[in-house]
Amino acid sequence: MLRIDALSKTYADGNKALDTLDLNIGTGEIVALVGGSGCGKTTLLRLIAGLDTATSGEIRLDDAVISGPSADVGVIFQEPRLFPWLTIDDNVAFGLSHLSAFEREGLVANALSRVGLSGHGHRWPRELSGGQQQRAAIARALITRPRLLIMDEPFSALDPTTRQSLHRHLLSLWDESRPTVLLVTHDVEEAVSLADRIIVMRPNPGRLHEEFPNLLSRPRDRMGTGFESISRSILKSLDQSLKPTPQPAARATAGEAAWW
Amino acid sequence: MTLPASTTQAGAPPAERLDAPASPTLAAGTMPVPAPARRWGTGGIVGFMLPFALALVWEASVRLGFSNGRLMPPPSRIGATLWDLAQTGELASHAGATLWRVAAGFGLGAAAGTVLGAVSGASPVMRRIMDPTLQALRAIPSIAWVPLFILWLGIFEASKVALIAVGVFFPVYLGVAAALSGVDRKIIEVGRVFRLSRLQMIRRVTLPAILPAWITALRTGLGLGFMFVVAAEFMGASEGLGYLLVDGQQLGRPDRILAAIIAFAVLGKIADGLLVVVTRPLLTWQDVGRDRL
Repeated sequence: MLRIDALSKTYADGNKALDTLDLNIGTGEIVALVGGSGCGKTTLLRLIAGLDTATSGEIRLDDAVISGPSADVGVIFQEPRLFPWLTIDDNVAFGLSHLSAFEREGLVANALSRVGLSGHGHRWPRELSGGQQQRAAIARALITRPRLLIMDEPFSALDPTTRQSLHRHLLSLWDESRPTVLLVTHDVEEAVSLADRIIVMRPNPGRLHEEFPNLLSRPRDRMGTGFESISRSILKSLDQSLKPTPQPAARATAGEAAWW
Repeated sequence: MTLPASTTQAGAPPAERLDAPASPTLAAGTMPVPAPARRWGTGGIVGFMLPFALALVWEASVRLGFSNGRLMPPPSRIGATLWDLAQTGELASHAGATLWRVAAGFGLGAAAGTVLGAVSGASPVMRRIMDPTLQALRAIPSIAWVPLFILWLGIFEASKVALIAVGVFFPVYLGVAAALSGVDRKIIEVGRVFRLSRLQMIRRVTLPAILPAWITALRTGLGLGFMFVVAAEFMGASEGLGYLLVDGQQLGRPDRILAAIIAFAVLGKIADGLLVVVTRPLLTWQDVGRDRL
């Protein structure tokens, strides 16, 4: 569904955030990207969201090349990023301006009830807690029914209890229309409890390091042995990914950029 | 993690905190109602105490013969002068003339400042072209334009309105340009994710985002408008509160001067209050500022 071919991104300051990255994600799959800081996770998401352009390589959603923000891609940021001058209702309805007020109202009421915010629609964002704001942001992103949902550490600013309740909300929402989800996180437990596949990335420059399929059935028991063993192997892989890799030769000769 | 405020209630089961405000700022935002009300009540009375006491002392010292009150007329005489001016209709016609000039100058200056500020704030190229010139013009004390404006526009209304407009223009221009270039990139990105066109982005994201700063700039501009109307009316006016000031000086009537000053203060405060009241519905969403007028 999502195909990424030889994607590279070098910023204007010379920082190579992503280096010839290949990735395929199937329809309805939940994929988590984990990795240390500077491994290009956020850069990758911004490229898929169409907020930045790649230096080279290509991203295809089905057969269409992504060159800018698309109606098929919903984005949830690390912060809720609600518009402070709109009520929760109007924030959630932000992407529905092409519909009639009547249709909007129905969709918004439904979306808010699904994220547990019924009765909060008339309030201002500042009147909601951080967790509630993020739920409103999730409702805003999902209400347009994107086929691909990308999330950049969406729960990292929340306390553990709120985070777990949002995980449950997210999974039940996902279950309804089964969009493809690409989630960036630095929380291995979050990755294992949500994703079908966990990809560990490696910094300097950002590349894929290792992939872990996660076949545990949902709902996943955080205390179970399967959960723990996957978590442990991911943590081990993360540790390795942060060690400097023995490839200075490849970097020394810029002409023959690493082809693998 | 934004839970510094919860250290005192660390024993509470975390599940209960789920729907509670997660940060101290949010907590403050949900219950600001009683505090300002109390502050207004006491603050209002406390604030009146000093001027009221001073007025009493002043009045008493004239009545008791410590001062003859010729250069320092007591409050009662200023009040009587104001009453006389109001009775004869002079006050209304002078205040009307002043208000008309401020309104015209403010309208022109605010419109020009908003348009040029928007152009400069929205386009870095235009900012590089325009801003240095405007900043240089800003460095000129506005009163220095008076002789030129009189030569260009004559001694009557046009030159006065122009001077006020110049005074209003700069704070509005600076406020709008700064607000526009400071709009949060993160919130613009949300607009981009929803594929807003350039026009939609301005209408649905940029304008609401700069609205508070724009209104503040307008208030600053209005204050300067009242400052400049005095200067404008010093230069050969036959009516207006500024004329009343000069007239009082030439007739040796400090009570008329003080009456005009009080009229200025009241008009300025009313105009500012009106601006606040008119724009308040646009800013109900704001976390701060609603309760300080």
